[in-house]
Amino acid sequence: MEREFIKPTEAQLKARRRRSVAIALALVAFVIIVYVGSLAKLGPALFERAM
Amino acid sequence: MRGPINGLKAEMALVEQEHMNEAGYRLSEASPGDFIALLKPRVMSLVVFTAFVGMAMAPGVPNPLLAMIAIAAIAVGAGASGALNMWYDADIDAVMGRTKSRPVPAGLVTPGEALAFGLVLSALSVVTLGLLANLVAGALLAFTIFFYAVVYTIWLKRSTPQNIVIGGAAGALPPVVGWAAVTGTVSIESLILFLIIFLWTPPHFWALALFKSADYERAGIPMLPNVAGHAATKTQIFVYAVLLALSGLLPVWAGFAGLAYGAVATVLGAGFLWYAWRVLRMPEGDQAMKPAKSLFAYSLLYLFVLFTALLAERLAAGLGFGG
Repeated sequence: MEREFIKPTEAQLKARRRRSVAIALALVAFVIIVYVGSLAKLGPALFERAM
Repeated sequence: MRGPINGLKAEMALVEQEHMNEAGYRLSEASPGDFIALLKPRVMSLVVFTAFVGMAMAPGVPNPLLAMIAIAAIAVGAGASGALNMWYDADIDAVMGRTKSRPVPAGLVTPGEALAFGLVLSALSVVTLGLLANLVAGALLAFTIFFYAVVYTIWLKRSTPQNIVIGGAAGALPPVVGWAAVTGTVSIESLILFLIIFLWTPPHFWALALFKSADYERAGIPMLPNVAGHAATKTQIFVYAVLLALSGLLPVWAGFAGLAYGAVATVLGAGFLWYAWRVLRMPEGDQAMKPAKSLFAYSLLYLFVLFTALLAERLAAGLGFGG
């Protein structure tokens, strides 16, 4: 039996691209916040830990 | 002409199309802006402001970067609870004029998307605040989100006319979270800020409930005007206005605000009493309800100016002017 797929409309594809960009930006912002925040909280000691 | 076989095919296609359009199957056309709207940005701005004042009033100088991150985490946490509220309340939001264009009832965002969005942001905001500020602040933010989403939205809102009185605790907690982010503790000063917003919430929302009572009636939400009547609501608004005006002076009594703030709080409190008195004197059957609309608008100004006065006095003291 042939499987059916939903064919997205142009508007749906455009909206999905915009959501993907927003999620990417939010994730990058979150990574920067955690990195910079960790530096601010722990200071240089962050890099002086035994491997 | 359409034969029986063609008719059946057309019906099947219709059923299939409807099935495809169900929330779980259709592809979303939601924009990032629709997800931002789920965060209730206007409520978020008030949360950010009161949390910031809580931080500024706390003893000690936090690292500015960590303070900014803490405020952002509190803002996202507040927004997450708004998304969870919109997920659960989509059915009643759809029948109220004030809320029917929200992303979920408008069909822009599916309930599942709103739930996932709210849960993910809740977890991220609580973990961020807990790790980069302290665990007390993180735990308080988690409690605030839980209280708003579960205790208020799921439990109280549809079951008691005291919904916004008890549920108001969630909206009153941000300055306590802000204070805790700096000090790691909950103190009498932060609880006084909590009390001011807690007592402010009933007259603020009941003023709205008075002139939107038809909306709430249609949605079946037991707001005080719909359950106890307009006369009882007006009396309770006035009682809370008296308590609020007095609580506005508590920061002076507790010693963390000075006379300049005291003067502002007195004038603002008198103004609140005046507007509440006008609501109390509003005749039964008044359709325009201008006094209730005026009180609603004034209540927003009241909270903003009162907290600005606290902040301004603290900043002035920090710069060496008085205090």
